Amino acid sequence: MIDALTIAGRTFSSRLVVGTGKYPSHEVMQAAHLASGTEMVTVAVRRVDLSAVGQASLLSWIDRSKIFLLPNTAGCYTADDAVRTARLAQEAGLSNWIKLEVIGDERTLFPDNEALLVATRELVREGFVVLPYTNDDPIACRKLEDAGAAAVMPLGAPIGSGLGIQNPNNLLIIKEQARIPVIVDAGVGTASDAAVAMELGADAVLMNTAIAGAGDPVAMAEAMKHAVIAGRLAFKAGRIARKRYAAASSPVEGLIARGR
Amino acid sequence: MRILLNGDARDIQPDTTVKALLDSLGLDFRVVAVEVNRAIVKRDRYAATAIPEGAEVEVVAFVGGGHACRKLTS
Repeated sequence: MIDALTIAGRTFSSRLVVGTGKYPSHEVMQAAHLASGTEMVTVAVRRVDLSAVGQASLLSWIDRSKIFLLPNTAGCYTADDAVRTARLAQEAGLSNWIKLEVIGDERTLFPDNEALLVATRELVREGFVVLPYTNDDPIACRKLEDAGAAAVMPLGAPIGSGLGIQNPNNLLIIKEQARIPVIVDAGVGTASDAAVAMELGADAVLMNTAIAGAGDPVAMAEAMKHAVIAGRLAFKAGRIARKRYAAASSPVEGLIARGR
Repeated sequence: MRILLNGDARDIQPDTTVKALLDSLGLDFRVVAVEVNRAIVKRDRYAATAIPEGAEVEVVAFVGGGHACRKLTS
């Protein structure tokens, strides 16, 4: 497998991680997942709606032979709730991977990094593969790595905002110092945002709303697939340096207007 | 006897096991996880675990989601 992404010993050929929420229908979600080429999708854990038993489980719309399930602790506001949710997710999914979220504020949905660190330490101690959603803060990312996180997931912008990568410089610093994969999680609005994240050196990008909320989620999923591939290729290729003035790309020699 | 199931009061027979409760609810064991009084009950223990009176039972499953949501207002 060429240029694969490896997290905690598991290898993925796609560097696009996709959510499972807010799609117009399960059919559209399934088609979008296929179009995105993703090999990992994230799912939330909630109480079973006992008035709607018998409806097809979300899992029946996900081909688990091709797509790895990454449960998350979305909606948790304390370390205790996040740890409890992670344990339930492990039991429901028979996997010890968890996208760890501990949210600190309802308006921004920014992470509570202090509680996130506490929950990361506990879950690592319990043997989980922890992927914490964090701020675009190099210090927070370093602490999470030191605590045993398998990857760090700094945000590009607030969840669902579609603002794109707000602090490219911080992402560069995070990537420069990290010895674990860096997955930009949240803030992507359109394909170019995903490409920017990858061009900055991110190992992968996770998005939900940018695809699920697009006018045509399946078409946007395909656009994101190409954007992530293009951004990754551009990063590996090495971009040219930025200059203030023009630098000609054709030779001066042999111009017909020069000397006679 | 009365228990609290997913936050709602529910009457069940004494000595009801987790397995019996899930069966009575028509739930597919393979897609849920169960907590009784905040402790996970492993799947292979469903039949052997009786639910005590007044227990807080949570039955959860995976649902669509990507990121955080607002706090539950309960």
